[in-house]
This record gives sequence, structure tokens and C-alpha cells, in this order.
Amino acid sequence: MTQNLRVKSSEFIDETNRISFKFDGKTYYGFKGDTLASALIANNIHLVGRSFKYHRPRGIMTSGSEEPNAIVQVNPNSNITEPNARATEIEIYEGLEASSQNCWPSVNFDIGGINNFLAPLFPAGFYYKTFMWPKSFWEKYEFFIRHSAGLGKSPNKRDPDIYDHRNIHCDVLVVGAGISGILAARNAAKNNFKTLLLDEKNELGGSTIFEANEDNKINNNLASEWLKKEINELENIKNLEIKTRTSVAAYHQYNYLLARENLTDHLNKKDKKNKIRQRLLKIRAKKVILATGALERPLIFNNNDRPGIMLSSAIKKYSNFYGVACGTKNIFFTNNDSAYESALSLHNKGIKVEAIIDIRENSDAKIIKKITDAGIKIYWSHTIVDTRGYKRIRSISIMRLSNDGTSVTGSKISISCNCLGIAGGWTPAVHLYTQSGSKLTFDEERKIFIPKTDAKEQISVGSCGGDFELDEIITNLNYKLKNFLNIDKTDFEGIALENDHETSKRNIWLLPSDQTIGKTKPFVDYQNDATAKDIKLALREGFRSIEHVKRYTTTGMGTDQGKLGNMHALGIIADTAGIKMGELGTTTFRPPYTPLTFGTIVGRNVGEFFDTFRRTPMNDWHIKNKAEFENVGQWKRSWYYPKEGETMHQAVQRESKAARQSAGILDASTLGKIDIQGSDASEFLNRVYTNAWSKLAIGKCRYGLMLNEDGMVYDDGVTTRLGENHYIMTTTTGGAANVLGKLEDYLQTEWPELDVYLTSVTDHFATASLCGPNSKKILNKIIPDLDLSDDNFPHMSFKEVLIDKINCRIMRISFTGELSYEINAPASYGEAIWQKCIEAGKEFNITPYGTETMHLLRAEKGFIIVGQDTDGTMTPIDLQMDWIVSKKKYDFIGKRSLYRSDTMKENRKQLVGLLTEDPNIVLEEGAQIVSELNQKPVEMLGHVTSSYFSPNLNKSIALAVVKDGKNMKGKKLFIPMENKNISVTVSNTVFYDEKNERLNA
Amino acid sequence: MFLINCPYCGERDQQEFKAGGEAHIERPKQPTELSDDEWAEYLFMRKNIKGVQFERWNHAHGCRKWFNMARDTSNDEIKAIYKMGEKPPTQ
Ligand SMILES: [Zn+2]
Repeated sequence: MTQNLRVKSSEFIDETNRISFKFDGKTYYGFKGDTLASALIANNIHLVGRSFKYHRPRGIMTSGSEEPNAIVQVNPNSNITEPNARATEIEIYEGLEASSQNCWPSVNFDIGGINNFLAPLFPAGFYYKTFMWPKSFWEKYEFFIRHSAGLGKSPNKRDPDIYDHRNIHCDVLVVGAGISGILAARNAAKNNFKTLLLDEKNELGGSTIFEANEDNKINNNLASEWLKKEINELENIKNLEIKTRTSVAAYHQYNYLLARENLTDHLNKKDKKNKIRQRLLKIRAKKVILATGALERPLIFNNNDRPGIMLSSAIKKYSNFYGVACGTKNIFFTNNDSAYESALSLHNKGIKVEAIIDIRENSDAKIIKKITDAGIKIYWSHTIVDTRGYKRIRSISIMRLSNDGTSVTGSKISISCNCLGIAGGWTPAVHLYTQSGSKLTFDEERKIFIPKTDAKEQISVGSCGGDFELDEIITNLNYKLKNFLNIDKTDFEGIALENDHETSKRNIWLLPSDQTIGKTKPFVDYQNDATAKDIKLALREGFRSIEHVKRYTTTGMGTDQGKLGNMHALGIIADTAGIKMGELGTTTFRPPYTPLTFGTIVGRNVGEFFDTFRRTPMNDWHIKNKAEFENVGQWKRSWYYPKEGETMHQAVQRESKAARQSAGILDASTLGKIDIQGSDASEFLNRVYTNAWSKLAIGKCRYGLMLNEDGMVYDDGVTTRLGENHYIMTTTTGGAANVLGKLEDYLQTEWPELDVYLTSVTDHFATASLCGPNSKKILNKIIPDLDLSDDNFPHMSFKEVLIDKINCRIMRISFTGELSYEINAPASYGEAIWQKCIEAGKEFNITPYGTETMHLLRAEKGFIIVGQDTDGTMTPIDLQMDWIVSKKKYDFIGKRSLYRSDTMKENRKQLVGLLTEDPNIVLEEGAQIVSELNQKPVEMLGHVTSSYFSPNLNKSIALAVVKDGKNMKGKKLFIPMENKNISVTVSNTVFYDEKNERLNA
Repeated sequence: MFLINCPYCGERDQQEFKAGGEAHIERPKQPTELSDDEWAEYLFMRKNIKGVQFERWNHAHGCRKWFNMARDTSNDEIKAIYKMGEKPPTQ
């Protein structure tokens, strides 16, 4: 039965603007300004979800981002549905659809609800204890858990919304636009600080704005009326930018904050279109003022989780701000005076308040008299021992509380109600404060954590700083602002303040019942169904650290991060273990303060903008010629060029044969190129490479191996001497940036005396690598004037030439073992030179080949690829490349490490060749190698690093690293695979043209 | 996210920088003269203290210069920034 509980028109709700929305498939109406929660309550709906573990019916508890229960699925029937949204934060719009979560098949009839009756079987640590053992049972549980307990469902289509990022720099950032935040921001702006004021809600004013307490006055006006006037004048203030619907998610060091600005979630579908949905603000502020307020605490008592049980302050907000009664028969349960204000504002609107249950003996506050005058019964020194009502609270049972607060006495009184407001005092919202690295202290008297050591250029004002009374807030704010902003006076100094003061407090973390704790359900974490009983059990089982108790019981681990119950969990632990809360420490509050969507975090970096990628100057040609591409670092490299109907294997076999039999061409533009100049360039190369460089003649090329200081191979490539003091170094494609960084590091920090200049020129040149026995003839057609004889242009030398007036550098170097020329042209002429090679090569059937064929051809020659055949644990000696390590040079990077006892060990893993017994079997790269098949545990000798079927040898070949491999030549080893064992023989690493005769063929 | 005052460029966001480990560890001039233990000391042993630590930083996405930083690891406060070759500040 729906019922209209709208009690009074509110200035914050536009009753002329009726909005229809759907919840769990049914259509309801609300008004512009409503949240989904306020609109549901106006329709008398409290039951909105089921709890995670016991599937207990749960209702709306709060009016803000701390909501643990009213977690809904937005657009449930769409592929772009959004889970875990808080009904208390969703502003309704025409066409909004939402549904309950954790309910299967429906919120009113829930299969998992049976867990509630099986609760004794679900104690703390249940998941750890049961599902982990025996392991085979997991699959059985999994179906049940996934089906009945999931936290909503994730979208399965690409998010169509637009998200954005923006950097903001400001002098003063104020987080929270309650009365403190507004006054702080206004004064900062008036004193010429560029100020940004943020609030997660859509309206300014915090909780003061709907305050109705006649005893709280500023300048003889109701505090709320006074604040409304101040807010209206804010727009005239220069230097002040205000963003609402903006929630600060994270607060990092040096006042760097991340905030989510919600731009369109409250708009209807038509108005949302083509607009940015959310924007991530990356804010660097010179000063930060935290005015994040305080969260009301619940009270922990038996069955404190039924729909209709709400925070007292939330009930006040629903009635004063949204004009909605949460119930028709209300009871408040409190340990402080604030519940009386809520009760009175309900009463003044004609909403019935049945009683107030107060665990204190009495209170001197002025408001008490108003309550008794209103005829509302107060039960002093009483506590709730139980509640009834399955889908909505129906009644409570109360008993007299003993003096020490640990037990109850006397007879039980039952009172019926359909809404219960609970008021357990206030917890300063210090989440962002601690994220920033600031340190808290525990105030044992008031039982709250308050700021102690602030991070630099930061203050906390208002209730997040521990000031709760109006006069205390304003007086301290005045003092703090003057110090922090270094100003003489604020514009609210000396303002007339009038307010009632809290007189007595009584804090009991866990309220007793007439039943033993084992039979009660006092919930501490509503979302994760963690009860006080679970926490006590964890302590009994030996858990002591708060972080461990938290994980074991899952307290505070839901999407709300336990904003409501964390303090109670700490309190119960402290009380049970008999230690002071201050000594217990607090759990860490981690970002984000409220959940962020992935879209907001990613912003515009989606799809092709996810990462930058680099394309070579010949890219268009590759695309036209149907190349398949592979990612190498950020580069898109041609992988192979399949002809019509060819598989990758067929294409690579064809390309590999062509390169050896006639001519092939490879785009090698991606290799890193570093221009090295200076009078000490030769000495520098001597120090960074393992071999000697001083005697390299101008115009000659040399292969070099670079080590880390630990002796392990780091990079390799050919370096050419262009002039007396001028070299060009090539690096691996993936290593280019790191090599440059490493060389700069040594130059700047270890050898600043060397006269050497390094410039990255990778992007300046395009490289076409011509390869094969006919490459000389092709080059001759392109540059007929150049003498290509071995005498004039031998292997490992370089010529600077003009091709069609384009200055090109040609190196005669080879990574395939074939006669090869690398033509380097200025990048903008890369495609033209490439085209020229293709044209000239036509009569020789020149075949473009990609990285896969390049890898195959070099493997036939046993040439390593750093990063494939090496993994940061291989020395040149391990690679059987002793020939490249100079014995004469006194020092080079990594030299000393080659003589460490560990690197000199004989039985290190070493690079070897492997030949399979059956030449048609191609090994899997990464496969493990063993010498015995029946040994257990079997010793892993190493693994396969490169493996191909060689079309030129007509058999499979592989490179591998094997323990003591150098001494194993000819030995039989095994590769155990899933279904078979493959026999292999250890061989030389060079499979093809061992004498290097083809280089000069 | 630190705000780092590059001695050559001024204040920049941390994401422009690369951390380079402990500072003031000089590469031995005569490595071959060192015992395995002495070389290992240079190669592997690094301090990881709670308190003021001296570190190398590189303005990788800026001027690419290396410099030193004194940072309190307990609260991430940057105490001083000084150029390569300069002595660490005493207190
Ligand atoms: Zn710089």
C-alpha cells in the first residue's frame, strides 16, 4: 500500500515540478529536489534492499553519502547499468529507473533470507573457515554465493558517457560548504586568496540550513535563516568559485586532492545527452581548509537494523528539508540532546512522536521542557532490548539500564512505532584529514578522534575539528582563520551568538539486552552484516590488531567503508580487551572517500587514447599492403604481411625463405637512435660498452653489449663512428628511453668531467633494412654511383649518400646473417625511400617482412634478443658471448660484477640451442626443461626462450637457458608438456651458416 | 603526490619526476681493487630509514637533470633540494 507522507511544502522541493520514476519496476512520483531516498520515503517505502550475508530486509538509514543500506542498481535493465549507487545521493529525474540489490528473486521474497535463520552457521570468519576447506567444496558454494549475494551487477557494455579531467590550482581550497566552510571560503576570497569551495551535495549550507532549533540564533535570527541570507550574497564575491555535487575522493601529500564533479546525473535523459557526465578535478591548493562536518553515530543494540530504523538527524533532514515524514508513529532513542531537536521539529509539523528513550539519567537542556510540554513521554535510564517487525519496524521493547550500563533490570515495556530515530552522538569526518598524512588523537572524554598534528598548510574547522556547539564553532573558526590566512580580522568577528549547550553525555558502545549476546543481533556494520557478537568472537579467537579484526569480521569493508559503525567496533574491542581506545589506534581511511566510477578515473583516456602509440613513417604503406601489426613498447610494428588466404605461419615461412634466397625488406625505424658527440665520446663508449671503441675507424660500425652495474645484459645494438667526435648509437626498440636515461645518469652524476652530449634522434630517421643475396643489386639500382664492392663498402661500415637529393646514411650491417644494408633517411622521406627500394627490388621479388620473420632469421643465426633470450639475470658469459667482453679495459659498467663469486659459478643458467628429436615439433616458448622424467620433485633446469620452425633448415630450432648448459652439448633433455614429453638435444646456438659466409655472398 | 622544486625549472608535479634511490653513493674509481664484499656493499646495500633520507631524483619529463633531495620518509616532507655534486645540508 502506498501512502503519501509529504507533510509540508519545503522551500528546497519544487512541488510544481512532479517527476515520475521507477523503483523495482513500479512507477512512483516525487518532486524536483527529491533524492531517490526522500521520494521513496514519501511513498512510504522503507524496505529497499537486503543485507549481504543474512539477507535481512534493510531500509534507508541516512540522508547522505554514509548510507550503508539503501544501495541500488541504477538503470537495472540496461547494458550500461550502474551498481552500488546510494539512494540518498541520487537526485531523481524524469525516467529514472532503479532497483534493489542483493535480492533474488525480489526484495519482498528473498531466497537468501533463509541465511537469517541459519545465522548461527555464519559467524565471523565464516568465509575463511568454510569456503577455503575442503577446497573442492568451493565450486558448490560459489554458485549459491554468486547468485544470491552479489553486490549488484556490473555493466557489460562500453560506457557511452563522456568523462573529463581538469587540473585546478588555487590559493585556498575549502572542502565542505556547511556554515564553517562558507564563512572560511568567504573570508579567504575577500582577502584576495583565489578560493575554491566544494560540497558533495547539490545545495550549500550543510546541516545548519535545515536547522529549526529556536534556541540556536545568530544576530537574533534563526541560524538557518541567517545562513540562507549569507549564501545568497556569495555570488557577488570575487575570487570565489563554488562547485556543488562535487565530492573529494582523495587527499594526497602537498595538498593534492582529487574530486569528482557530478555534472549530469541529476538531469533527465534528454538534457544529459552529449554532455560530460563527471569530471575528475585534480586540485593543487596552496592551503586547504577541511570543513567536512561530522557523521551521526548509530546505537548498537539488539536487532538495530530493521527498515524504519534511521539516524535521528536523517529523520530531521527528511522532514525539515524534503518535507517528508519518515513514519507516522515515531520514537527516538538517544544518548544526547540532539534527538530532542529532531523530535521537536517533527512534533511542530504535526508528526506524531510516541516517546523518547534516553540512556542518560537526565539532561538540563532547555529543549527537554519543550518536549515534556508537548506531551512526549521520556524514558530516562532506559535502553531498547529488542525490536520487532520483519519488513518494517513494528515495535520496540525497553528496559531500565543498570548504573554501570552493562545490564538491564525491571520489567519490559513494549511500545509500537513505525519509525525509530537513533542518536549516538557525532563522529568528526576525519577521513580526508588522515589521508593527507595528518595525525589524530583520541579524546577519551568525548570518545572521538580529533585532529592533532595537521599536515602543512592545512586546518580543520567546524565539527570535523571537534567543535560541535554553534558558539564554539564560530569562535574557534574566527581564531583559526586569522592565524591560517594571516589576516587581522574576519567579517564575522563579534557576531551575536545564542545557543543551548549539551549538558550530559553517556557513551555505551554496545547496549545490553535481557538476552545473552549469543542470542542477539546488534549490528555494527550494516552493509557487511558484522555484529558485536562477531567482533567479540574474533577477540576470543585471538585476534588483537584492529586491522586483523576488521578483515576477519569484514567490519568496515563494504562500499561505505563502515562510516557509521567503525567507532563502535573500536569501542567494543577496547572494552572487551580492557584497553584504552586511544591506545588501540584507528584503522586507515583509504581513498576514495566515496566510490568513483572507472569512467571518472580514466577520463578521456579510453579506446585509442588509452595510451599514445607511435607509427613509423612507412606506416601507410604497411597498411596498404595488408600488414598485421604487433605492439612493441608504444610502437605499432609490422608483424607479418599475409597474402590472400595465408595463415601467419605460412606468411612467415614464405617471408623467411625469400629473405635468404633473394631479397627482403624490413622497416627498422623503431630502433632507438642516440646521437653522441663531444671530445670524450670514444672514452664514454669505452665505459658503457663491454668491448673497446677507441680504435674504431671513422666510417666503421661495431656491435656493442651494455651491462647493468650488476653485470647483467641490459641492451645491445650497433654503433657507428660518423666522425672524430661523433657517433650514432642504436638501441633495442623497447630499451631506447631507458638506455638514454641510464647514459645521462652516468654522465651527470658519475662522470661530469666527460665532454659528451647525448641527443635522442629515434624519430628523426626512418630505416629500411634491405636483406638477402640480391640486396646489393637492388641498392646498386638506387645509387648507381656508389661503389658497393667489399673493398669500398665492406661489412660493418657506413656511407653517407644522396638518394634523389635526400641525404641518407647507409650502414652495411646484418641482424639476419645475410648480406644487408640499412638505409637511414630523414623521417619525412622514409616512405619515399622505402617505395624506391620496393620498385627497384621488384625484379628480384623483394619481399617485405615483419618482426616475426626478423626474429626467426636471427634465431637461425643464434643472435639474442635482449628481453626475450635474456631476463636481467644473464651475463655475457652466460650467453656464451665471452668474445665481446674486453679483458684489456680497466673498467666498464658491470665489469667488476663479472668477477663476483656468484657470476663466475660454472653451473649458472646458460644460453644453448635445442633441437627436437622429431624435427616437426616446435617447442613452446617458456616451456620448462628437465633431465629426468620420473623424478619427484623434478628439477627445473631452465626454459625455452625462442622457438621457430626454420624453413631454411626445414626443422624446428630453439634457444633456451639451461643450468650448466655449456657442458651439456649433445646431451638429451626433456620438455614435459601437458599431454606428452618432448625429447630434445642440446646444440650450438648457431644453426645456420656457422662460418658467416653469406654476409659477403 | 609531491610538489618538487626542480633546481633548474622550479616547482613541478611529482609525475614529471623519477626517483633514483639513495644519494651520495659514489661509484668506486677502482672497482677491480675491491673485494667481493666491498663491491657488494656499493652495488646492493641501500638504507631505508624512517626519518630524513637523501635521495636522487631526475626531472625526467622536464629538463632531464639529476639532483638530490633530503626527504623525511615519515611524513614525506621535502627538507631540501640541492644540485649534484653539492654537499648534503647538515640539518
Ligand atoms: Zn627541471
